[in-house]
Amino acid sequence: MIKLSNISKTFNAGKPNEVKAVQNLNLEIAPQDYLVIVGANGSGKSTLLNLVAGSLLPSAGTIDIDGQLVTSFKDFERSKWIARVFQNPLSGTAPDLSILDNFRLAALRTKNKVLRIGTTNQFKADVKDKVALLGMGLENKLDQDMGTLSGGQRQALTLIMSVMDECKILLLDEPTAALDPRSADLVMKTADRLIKDFKLTAILITHNLKDAHFYGNRLVLMGEGQIFKDFSCESKLSLTQNDLFSWFS
Amino acid sequence: MEFYLTALLQGLCFAGIAVGIYISMKIFNIPDITTDGSYTLGGMLTGTLLTHAFPWYLGGAAAILAGAIAGAITGVIHTKLKIHALLAGILVSTALYSINIIVAGRSNLPLINLSSVFSMVTFTNDFNLNSLFILLLLVGAVIAITGYLLKTDFGIAMRATGNSETMIRALGVNTDRMKIIGLAIANSLTALSGFLMTQQQGYADISMGIGIVIIGLGSVIIGDTLINRFNVTSVWKTLILVVAGAVVFQLLLAVTLSLGVNANLLKLVTAVLVLLFVSLPRLTLSRQND
Repeated sequence: MIKLSNISKTFNAGKPNEVKAVQNLNLEIAPQDYLVIVGANGSGKSTLLNLVAGSLLPSAGTIDIDGQLVTSFKDFERSKWIARVFQNPLSGTAPDLSILDNFRLAALRTKNKVLRIGTTNQFKADVKDKVALLGMGLENKLDQDMGTLSGGQRQALTLIMSVMDECKILLLDEPTAALDPRSADLVMKTADRLIKDFKLTAILITHNLKDAHFYGNRLVLMGEGQIFKDFSCESKLSLTQNDLFSWFS
Repeated sequence: MEFYLTALLQGLCFAGIAVGIYISMKIFNIPDITTDGSYTLGGMLTGTLLTHAFPWYLGGAAAILAGAIAGAITGVIHTKLKIHALLAGILVSTALYSINIIVAGRSNLPLINLSSVFSMVTFTNDFNLNSLFILLLLVGAVIAITGYLLKTDFGIAMRATGNSETMIRALGVNTDRMKIIGLAIANSLTALSGFLMTQQQGYADISMGIGIVIIGLGSVIIGDTLINRFNVTSVWKTLILVVAGAVVFQLLLAVTLSLGVNANLLKLVTAVLVLLFVSLPRLTLSRQND
């Protein structure tokens, strides 16, 4: 589904503050894989995710998504395959727009936003059903501004928003970093359910080693812009939490 | 009474600027100084076409189109060349000063006894009252069209662009393109104000746009105060209150003038009024927080 070949990303090339965030990295992710990436701060995890999303373009190498070469595609062009949940709950939603308007935009992720009023009663009823699945009681607050909700609620809604339109790849960049343990648990469980139900290919970046151990079918440890360790399917199952903790001690 | 009616007419003429600044400032978070130039551009273009005996609707169409081009140029400079929006606007409005003189061929155009938008239909023989009816119709149309636009899928994407750029890019919107279109719409509305004001006051002048952005800002800020006071969320009501802000602003200026303030102090009074409106909500807030 996603294929990164010889990807490098260098910031401030040639200057004293040059940073080689990702170096000569090769990574292939099969359809419906749920890849979890762990690694210390500055190991290049977020840069890698931004390269996949198209928020950053690589200094060298090529990127394929769904069999198509997308190396020079920008983020808004790759949104046809990719939905994202950001570390900051504020980044994934528009605070001054109503919940309904946020969902309307999400439902048009792969389509053109045209001069037609799309927030019809029919659409509202659809959103109501989807939001009710969360069991947070938000389905009756659709006209409320997104900004009035808590970080956990917004993160959960962002997840639901990602499957409002056709979605193949879900990128989760530390989605629970800003949340309390209970909200974090709900967000992780919702993500897991959506990935299974909608047969998504997913990449999760996390610093929570318990989550890294529990979720996903493939685990990658990054360091210095490269992949240090790569465990898929069975080898990931045989890992214990202590193994993960030992990598960081 | 006639005096306040004229102020009301002026306020309605400024409705375009108010809605334009609302779009650039509140929706896109871009302080757009192009306004000074595109307002004059609308006025001078209208004046030139009317003195050459073209009908008023051609003047209006030309003004709206020219304003849109001016705004789009600012947008391109800002997004593609990554130049700060303030500087991009100042550059374009400075360049427009020369363009405006070239368009009109001179710096001042009197429009005496020419047909205008205000003589298109006659509801009453009182010229000012007739103008009021026509202006109310036009401003109503501006609010209706802009309101509809903001409620469409495209409009929601526009509002999200200024609100959460990371989100809307991840949802497949080219934010550069969106900002260029937004600034084009804002400046076409501003040029529409120039079109109306030129005919209302009966002349176009190269300096008519100096500091006009403050009028728009003041109107939006007054409108914003009302919006927060009444907790308005509907797009239509928001636009109506923004236009109401433009009218209230002109009426306040009229009141200060009628109190005997020297007309030379008008710009100073304008600036002080805007300062007052900007700081008023903060002053009352800080008292509550004490």
